[in-house]
Amino acid sequence: MEIFDAFHLARLQFAFTVSFHIVFPAISIGMASFLAVLEWRWLLTGDTAYKDMFLFWSKIFAVGFGMGVVSGVVMAYEFGTNWSGFSSIAGNITGPLLTYEVLTAFFLEAGFLGVMLFGWHRVSPRAHFFATLMVAVGTLISTFWILASNSFMHTPQGYVIENGRIVPVDWFKVIFNPSFPYRLAHMTIAAFIVAGFIVAACGAWHLLHGRRDKPVMRSFSMALWILLLLTPIQILVGDAHGLNTRKYQPAKIAAIEGLWETEKGGTALNLVGLPDMDAEVTRYAIQIPHLGSLILTHSWNGEIRGLKEFPPQDRPYSPIIFWTFRLMAGLGMLMLLTALVGLLLRIRGQLYETRWFQRFVFCMGPSGIVALLAGWITTEVGRQPWTVYGVLRTVDSLSPVDAQQAGVSLLIFVLVYFLVFGVGIYYMLMMMKRGPDEHIERRDQRKHPVLHNRALEALEGE
Amino acid sequence: MQIDLPVIWAAIIGLGVFIYVMLDGFDLGIGLLFPFFEAKNDRQVMLNTVAPVWDGNETFLVLGGAGLYGAFPVVYSTLLPANYLPLILMVVGLIFRGAAFELRGKATRTQHAWDLAFICGSGLAALCQGIVLGSLLQGIKIADGRFVGGPFDWLSPFSLFCGIGVLITYATLGCGWLILKTEGELQRNMRQLMRPLVCVLLGAITIVSLWTVIGLPAVAHRWFGSGNLGWFLPVPLLVIACVWGIFRSVRLQHEAMPFILTLAICFLGYSGLLISIWPNIVPPSLSIWEASSSPSSQLFALVGTVIILPIILVYNAMQYRVFRGKVREGDPGYH
Repeated sequence: MEIFDAFHLARLQFAFTVSFHIVFPAISIGMASFLAVLEWRWLLTGDTAYKDMFLFWSKIFAVGFGMGVVSGVVMAYEFGTNWSGFSSIAGNITGPLLTYEVLTAFFLEAGFLGVMLFGWHRVSPRAHFFATLMVAVGTLISTFWILASNSFMHTPQGYVIENGRIVPVDWFKVIFNPSFPYRLAHMTIAAFIVAGFIVAACGAWHLLHGRRDKPVMRSFSMALWILLLLTPIQILVGDAHGLNTRKYQPAKIAAIEGLWETEKGGTALNLVGLPDMDAEVTRYAIQIPHLGSLILTHSWNGEIRGLKEFPPQDRPYSPIIFWTFRLMAGLGMLMLLTALVGLLLRIRGQLYETRWFQRFVFCMGPSGIVALLAGWITTEVGRQPWTVYGVLRTVDSLSPVDAQQAGVSLLIFVLVYFLVFGVGIYYMLMMMKRGPDEHIERRDQRKHPVLHNRALEALEGE
Repeated sequence: MQIDLPVIWAAIIGLGVFIYVMLDGFDLGIGLLFPFFEAKNDRQVMLNTVAPVWDGNETFLVLGGAGLYGAFPVVYSTLLPANYLPLILMVVGLIFRGAAFELRGKATRTQHAWDLAFICGSGLAALCQGIVLGSLLQGIKIADGRFVGGPFDWLSPFSLFCGIGVLITYATLGCGWLILKTEGELQRNMRQLMRPLVCVLLGAITIVSLWTVIGLPAVAHRWFGSGNLGWFLPVPLLVIACVWGIFRSVRLQHEAMPFILTLAICFLGYSGLLISIWPNIVPPSLSIWEASSSPSSQLFALVGTVIILPIILVYNAMQYRVFRGKVREGDPGYH
């Protein structure tokens, strides 16, 4: 098998572009809701620290959102350029779902984003809050549709095959397919956690550098509260998602666990090991008896089907997802630990003064993003060799492109993405390093932006 | 009576694409006018006129893509592979200019680089859109619902000229928009730029029209062979009337009229294109009925579209209303 044929290059390109893309929407989804909460608190309490926080985080949100929009346009067109087999065979399902996403989510976000970012002096505070709320709701609606579409690809139902095409018969079943509720919950919470750790890490950085003003302390504190609430829920949801996957995509679970034989009387868990696809064994495995059954079936002797039950051409590539899954799950545990330690320090009244903890939280800043990517790699590579599980193979989804086209476009995307999004991320980090301004309110009053008193501004030399 | 879903969907997508051309046309056009205005303040004001709305404008492009994908998946899976390279370059252009919006104001030392990214990104996106349009008009080789041509079928003198035509169209739209949204010296400069731009635009439209009629017999037959000439003749005449109107309104220093009339020219050009290819969706052979997705897919998506699209248009219009009026230096925007 040729590695650099059009098929593998196209897959590599999709993996690359979608991995870059997903990071930005995840930040936007979490951050938009955080911003809505901040503005709501500001309207309710009149405490300007909330508004300072809002103005600060909304700038970072804006950059992330812009990056998400432009990298998303690429995705929408890649389905046609590289994966026209998929578009024409599965387009009857995924097309309308994408149309709904654009109509109900993208426009809602874009339509109110301008007011949210630039409209402070043109609309009332309540109208502004409404705009922020619409942006936040838009990000969540977007999550709904795209995960409905993605979940259909994992656990398709409510369709028939006509003339070699997938044709919908029951849209309710299509959208609310078996894995959808779990995936939706898991991803939404993940996005909140991504944003939570970014906010917490930024707060930790400024606490370490001696700032003790309200916006900094409150960012740190609020983020840790959110994480304390969400990390345990996420672990429970992840567990439920695992049970669901075992039922509907058993080969994926077997590959995740590096499990080759279907064992009677309880399956052990491979803590670490190196799955070997050719030899059909997992080398150097360190096992804990019965733990596999306990986690995946919630019973002492539950049966988990091994990879050998599936023909070799239907097996996902275990060495990748064995490790990405462990990375995600390990980080999840570390996140829970972070939140719990935060609670302990808070009870003792040492939250803002414990430097080792702040350093730790700072290092955990990207953990949400890393775990998110690892999780998506696990579920998507685990779906292989299918694009629509059990219906359409990835090989048959490809466009009539040649290796040169796929290779050149991949090269272009790699260069452009690292340049543009690299710079974008750099500026986001620089803004976070500068931290929230404390005196925004006073400066605004001096400039009389509503009145546009040009004479006064000229006097002040502006 | 059976509702003809493909026709309705073709109308919706046609409308979506036109709104896109109208809206993103002027904001891409601003990038194309950047080279004519060196001063930092001028560029800032030009950018701020679209800061709150560019994102919404671009969403119509995604709507066009998603609508095609949902209603006419065969178009999606033939037109897009046929235009592989121009489409990739188009999104690369959009990435650069989208990023430039966000990052230009944050950069200090590298602001010039981002200005360049904004100009080139806008230009590349506009050029590639024109090339795709040109290649669509030329026709695309399809067999059994798959693209069967070569990777460079899109490349021809005609498609390249269409690319230039779209560049000029967008620059004119941008100029009209800026006459509307700016004041003082900047507005005067825009008015001066408008006259030569409109002349070049008229030239480009004439050449593309003649080229299409002479070079593409199927289109010529559509215009002259079917006895409908009386119906189609107003299109070129109205274009000339609009050009005259723009000259007049620029001289009389109207604020909005140049922009409105440029939009009218775009509408006329666009309807001319539709006349040229209808009822095909991918010339020379694929009609909208052959390209359709399953009726249940089209109906499902249509229900939502009919309800939601008007709402979308309303709140997009509201956003324009909130940010109506002239844009001045120091207004909230990207700094």
